Amino acid sequence: MSNLVRISSSPACAMMASTASISRFSVSKVTSKVIEPHIDARTMEIHHSKHHNAYTTNLNAAIAGTDLEGKTIENILINLDKTNAAVRNNGGGFYNHNLFWTVMSANGGGLPTGELLAAIESSFGTFEEFKAKFAKAGATQFGSGWAWLCVQKGGKLDVCGTPNQDNPLMPEVGCGGTPILGMDVWEHAYYLHYQNRRPDYIEAFFNVINWTEVSRRFALEK
Amino acid sequence: KVVNINYIPWCAATVSPVLGTVAARLKHSLPDLTYDYGALEPHINAEIMQLHHSKHHATYVNNLNVTEEKYQEALAKGDVTAQVSLQPALRFNGGGHINHTIFWTNLSQNGGGEPQGELAAAIKRDFGSFQTLKDKMSAVTVAVQGSGWGWLGFDKESGKLRITACHNQDPLQGTTGLVPLLGIDVWEHAYYLQYKNVRPDYVKAIWNVINWENVSERLQAAKK
Repeated sequence: MSNLVRISSSPACAMMASTASISRFSVSKVTSKVIEPHIDARTMEIHHSKHHNAYTTNLNAAIAGTDLEGKTIENILINLDKTNAAVRNNGGGFYNHNLFWTVMSANGGGLPTGELLAAIESSFGTFEEFKAKFAKAGATQFGSGWAWLCVQKGGKLDVCGTPNQDNPLMPEVGCGGTPILGMDVWEHAYYLHYQNRRPDYIEAFFNVINWTEVSRRFALEK
Repeated sequence: KVVNINYIPWCAATVSPVLGTVAARLKHSLPDLTYDYGALEPHINAEIMQLHHSKHHATYVNNLNVTEEKYQEALAKGDVTAQVSLQPALRFNGGGHINHTIFWTNLSQNGGGEPQGELAAAIKRDFGSFQTLKDKMSAVTVAVQGSGWGWLGFDKESGKLRITACHNQDPLQGTTGLVPLLGIDVWEHAYYLQYKNVRPDYVKAIWNVINWENVSERLQAAKK
């Protein structure tokens, strides 16, 4: 069995995944190059084919026959009834992982450029200050959750952490705005390779960030 | 056997006043397991037990000590804002230390089977049967969103056993008043290396290593 796991760097995949067919969401294709050693292939495979798949299946089941059927995932999350645990957890999980695969790449890492870099410097001072803040959000998110870089309307950037599968699109969650970069800090995202060493995983994550995709999202949502 | 949390008792401060109040604070330490890391195989493997005890639990202990030290300073200064800001860390790390200390005693290589005596009677009374307890507790535990624990607890007010779940490392008694008898850790670190995403298989397997004597002892202690 091939141990190459492929991640999509195609934005079309992400868009397709979020609107998919009328009533059913489907797991985004995960195609491109392997991102070892930063994130191992086995983790990627299980993360995508088991965890993300389960969120997708459970989301479809949760919205079947309801007025949420046929809506885009963004619409569902922005208008979320947070007491609806099934949609909150699975809708969040579906969206979050779709985004996650697109913001990672074997050719990733390094620094952002252009407008995104300017916005990062404007909002955080320097890239290093942003990196420290983002890493801290991931490291101090107790239990399961995510770290986010979000853009507000007007272009200001914020960093926040959210628990479980929440994300800032949801009403009154985190820093609000639209996520353009997310980092999964559920233990399943790193445990096979890093065990308890979440900070090592976070450091490695910076080697795979697909800044081109993050910039695309920034331009789209600011 | 019940594993002891090692404390330097408060009375040490009176024995050696020179040490001062900071040195006399309670200092927590990682309790030893009464069995080898591999003792619970094949139900929970040695690698998990070693990481879980020597890394995860140890980190809660260290961070609890650090947080308590800061809390002592905040108390000494009368800085209520600082005290409040330390609450989450106390909850996480204090709860983590409490929960794992209980957990190691709830498990045994000679475990499994069924409870006896008063515990068995209480289970029958409050759940109908042992199988029903297992089914309900398994369902509640598997259903925990994200990280957390499933618990069998004792309600002192009603005298009844209860099943519930707690988020993250929230300690059962500190947050609900129920006395913890049996906990099942479903943070992914508790099972991932062996069971990956298949949490239900781990929860099914753990019943094979439950130390019912320990759970019974805890019930006896809770009733006093």
